[in-house]
Amino acid sequence: MRGNRKMDTLIEFSRVSFSYAADSPNVLEDISFSVRQGDFVAVVGHNGSGKSTLAKLCNGLYVPVSGEVRVNGVSTAGEENLLAIRQQVGLVFQNPDNQLVATVVEEDVAFAPENLGVPPEEIRARVDAALEAVGMTEYKLHAPHRLSGGQKQRVTIAGILAMQPACIVLDEPTAMLDPEGRREILHTICKLNKERGITILLITHHMDEAALAGRVMVMNKGSIYLDGSPGAVFARYAELGAIDLAVPQTVELTHFAGLPPAFNDESCAEALYSWIKGVKPC
Amino acid sequence: MPVLKDITLGQYFPGTSVVHRLDPRVKIILVVSYIAALFLAKGLYGYALSLCYLALAAAVSGIKPIQLVRGLRPMLFIVIFTAVLNILYIPGEHELFTVFSLSVTLEGVTTAIYMIMRLFMLVTCTFLLTYTTSPIMLTAAIEKLLAPFKLLRLPVHELAMMMTIALRMVPTLIEETDKIMSAQKARGADFESGNILKRAKALVPLLVPLFVSSFRRADELAVAMECRCYHGGAGRTKMKQLRVTAPDFAVAVPSLLYFAGCVTVGRLL
Repeated sequence: MRGNRKMDTLIEFSRVSFSYAADSPNVLEDISFSVRQGDFVAVVGHNGSGKSTLAKLCNGLYVPVSGEVRVNGVSTAGEENLLAIRQQVGLVFQNPDNQLVATVVEEDVAFAPENLGVPPEEIRARVDAALEAVGMTEYKLHAPHRLSGGQKQRVTIAGILAMQPACIVLDEPTAMLDPEGRREILHTICKLNKERGITILLITHHMDEAALAGRVMVMNKGSIYLDGSPGAVFARYAELGAIDLAVPQTVELTHFAGLPPAFNDESCAEALYSWIKGVKPC
Repeated sequence: MPVLKDITLGQYFPGTSVVHRLDPRVKIILVVSYIAALFLAKGLYGYALSLCYLALAAAVSGIKPIQLVRGLRPMLFIVIFTAVLNILYIPGEHELFTVFSLSVTLEGVTTAIYMIMRLFMLVTCTFLLTYTTSPIMLTAAIEKLLAPFKLLRLPVHELAMMMTIALRMVPTLIEETDKIMSAQKARGADFESGNILKRAKALVPLLVPLFVSSFRRADELAVAMECRCYHGGAGRTKMKQLRVTAPDFAVAVPSLLYFAGCVTVGRLL
């Protein structure tokens, strides 16, 4: 079993401020929020809103200038806890090419457990399980550079899974992928969250990706602008518009029709169908 | 269009032959001793025996002879060049004929032939090593073989890690070079015409962006490695353990004896 199930709060930001240099303005300003075990949280916002910085604060790559980030109750400020924290909170970045270390897929997935000093037989088991979880088992002996963007990104996710983390933070994982690759990654993320209870923090600027999450946090100029369920956030239409963020098209359409928001194509189509037929949507 | 696709650096042909399955450390040791034997061997018999060994190893490995021969092509020039020098300048007693007042002797010709054989065998045996051993096994083996040097504070693990990452990045950088080349060509850059100086100058707008992006990549990769708990070689384990087993000995011991035979036979006869 994954450790600390009974502790509900996994990542906790309390009054966190961050700046890259002592004399530069704060990138993040007095942020407080917490993520519970098993949550799927999307963080949206424009470039420069501080969302990538937020990701790097989660596992101690950056340490807050003031305030504190705690993972399972342990502060990221202590150097001695860093390995344990990074094993708990894995980060996936935008460009898969710059995250893969080895020349063979399975060797790359084995990289993190090797670093953690896991015994060889268990590494083997973890690698196989991780590749299975992202659906890349048949490519385990391939060279990464021969894979498609989506496949490469799935390998990087497997590389993080092999650490058996409680949480995966993904910083715009689909930004460099084609639509097919994007679908693959989003499907994988949802599956990991639903089937394995892995906490997901998805940082994105696609509103329709955010709609997949159970909770959406909107960042603006270094602070949290809105925070709530996708329904609650997207309903605040005017406030999102004020910072030039567009809600997903399906939400926009149902909004205009005066219907409850629909977060994907199917539910939108259904809602519109029943609306046109004059049936009151449930 | 993809100009750089046919680079065969660190090429590896997967397989299941005995040669493939040998422990990579054993293979490296055998290659090194084979090379040593080549330099110590003398006379026709010594070289003939060495050639037999190589032919046998190549046959067992299942690597197509054409692949091995193809690897020799780039060094053809240097081989012919040194062979010609050898033929023309080695003094000897049995003069065959003279060219431009330089006498060609029987000794010169035989030395040249031996040298060609030696160079070709040398290159072929290293190719056989890289063709039958995956880069990852090769670096793992080098890390293990160099482990004693850790006592001298040589950063053995770091060197092996650098090799792995370099091998991993070669195709990515080649791809990127192709992309930048196309982009520059689309804006009228000309890489193919003009003299050497002009062509070298044309490479500057290609190398600068490549260099800059390599630094960016290195930075991102370092962060990604940190996120995966990389903290140097201390306390690291390996998924694939290298183990020298009975079959390794069964190949290594007779091979080393054979090499010793190659060296001595030329001296005795």
